Amino acid sequence: MESMKRTPLFEKHVALGARIVPFAGFEMPVQYPGGIVQEHLAVRNAVGLFDVSHMGEFRIRGSDATAFLQRVTINDVSRLDPGRVQYTAMCYEDGGMIDDLLLYHLGDSYMMVVNAANAEKDLLWIRDHANGDVEIEDESEETILLAVQGPKALETLSTISATGLSDLAYYAWTQTKIAGVPVLVSRTGYTGEIGFELYIRGNADIGVKVWDAIVDAGKDFGIAPVGLGARDTLRLEMGFCLYGNDIDLTTNPLEAGLGWITKLEKGGFIGREAIVAARSAGLQKLLVGFVGEGKSVPRHGYGIFSGGVRIGHVTSGTFSPVLQQPIGMGYVHPDRARVGEKIFVDIRGKMVGATIVKPPFVKK
Amino acid sequence: MNIPEQLKYTKDHEWVKIEGEIATVGITDYAQGELGDIVFVELPDVGKVTDQGKPFGTIEAVKAVSDLFAPLSGEVIEINDALKETPELINKSPYETGWMIRMKMKSGDQVAALLDAAGYKKLIGG
Repeated sequence: MESMKRTPLFEKHVALGARIVPFAGFEMPVQYPGGIVQEHLAVRNAVGLFDVSHMGEFRIRGSDATAFLQRVTINDVSRLDPGRVQYTAMCYEDGGMIDDLLLYHLGDSYMMVVNAANAEKDLLWIRDHANGDVEIEDESEETILLAVQGPKALETLSTISATGLSDLAYYAWTQTKIAGVPVLVSRTGYTGEIGFELYIRGNADIGVKVWDAIVDAGKDFGIAPVGLGARDTLRLEMGFCLYGNDIDLTTNPLEAGLGWITKLEKGGFIGREAIVAARSAGLQKLLVGFVGEGKSVPRHGYGIFSGGVRIGHVTSGTFSPVLQQPIGMGYVHPDRARVGEKIFVDIRGKMVGATIVKPPFVKK
Repeated sequence: MNIPEQLKYTKDHEWVKIEGEIATVGITDYAQGELGDIVFVELPDVGKVTDQGKPFGTIEAVKAVSDLFAPLSGEVIEINDALKETPELINKSPYETGWMIRMKMKSGDQVAALLDAAGYKKLIGG
């Protein structure tokens, strides 16, 4: 575990009895003593608190920042107003995905929030491709990121937030104080629930202060600390892509069902020509969701079959704590990517039936 | 960590309760804790012959799947049917209601290869 990084809340997780695992170069809590299912249901039914400080944050400043971001990301930055957040991605010239990310318009600058596992590569990429008046600063180390997610998230934060958050629109952010600490709060998340993400500049003392205040405020609702295990099951129930599983450098955003953030009409951007060409030639694979029969769990890498022929592979799978059924996502040929299509997943040598459905698996 | 004194253990984290020539098998408290929420367990049919150290089933947790290894050679004479509908019994009660199979041992000689509670405790770093 040499050279593994820790978030400022590491000691808090240990004190809570979390199981710590290496993830993207960090020692992260995968679950607390309550377990993944209990944490998952706390978020669906009440409220959960996540430490996701491992994520990377880059600040982008300068008079050419907008033009630069328009070129390196696939969504339309010209439609991102100050105070708002945009889900987007970066692609290589060949259309393969570098990362998916959130872009915050902070008024005088932008903040990019990227996957921890990709942060280093992302930073190199954007530094390589920046020109003109663009300044890029890596703020990952000094940024604490907490997520408060669930139907009771707003009520939890309302008692400790200096300003009301009920008017904060989906994918908007505001600056406020929580437990007296300056916090950038956005109405964003990776769970499908109403929720907020809190960006805090500071050290462990400050992080713990905010964490404890949120736990205290959420106590009556049954707030639970939530680890990476439930973060994964929660996002998968919503059909959200996870980089490294469902999307990577071999998938283009159209194949991944991310056409809605791929603004081909906005003008030139890195990867556009390859994506347009791939679309014209006909996509070779599409990401689909499926619900499995029985109880055995489809997992990353398992083969997907139809009529005895391998037609694709599973990219993510789990046992849905809400549906009490196996669910998964995977790539299949577009001809087979039809809702209702019966497929088979090779689960360790056994062909288990599954049906293609349209995510989200759990309707909100 | 609960490691009952009267049971035998394997390095694959199964426990064995020996009563005459009958052995009852499950996974340890440590194993269920490591696996986390168990959602499915696949057990052999009654009558199946197991070989010591060979897989006899699989156990699925939310996070991962692993094989179950036969602690002894013999014939499966009973399986815990309750686990079909309520596999979480393994999390809640790994040594009691979460038992998996009962088997008729082929030979008592293999018992010597199993760990006692102290040996198992040492194995898991307790």
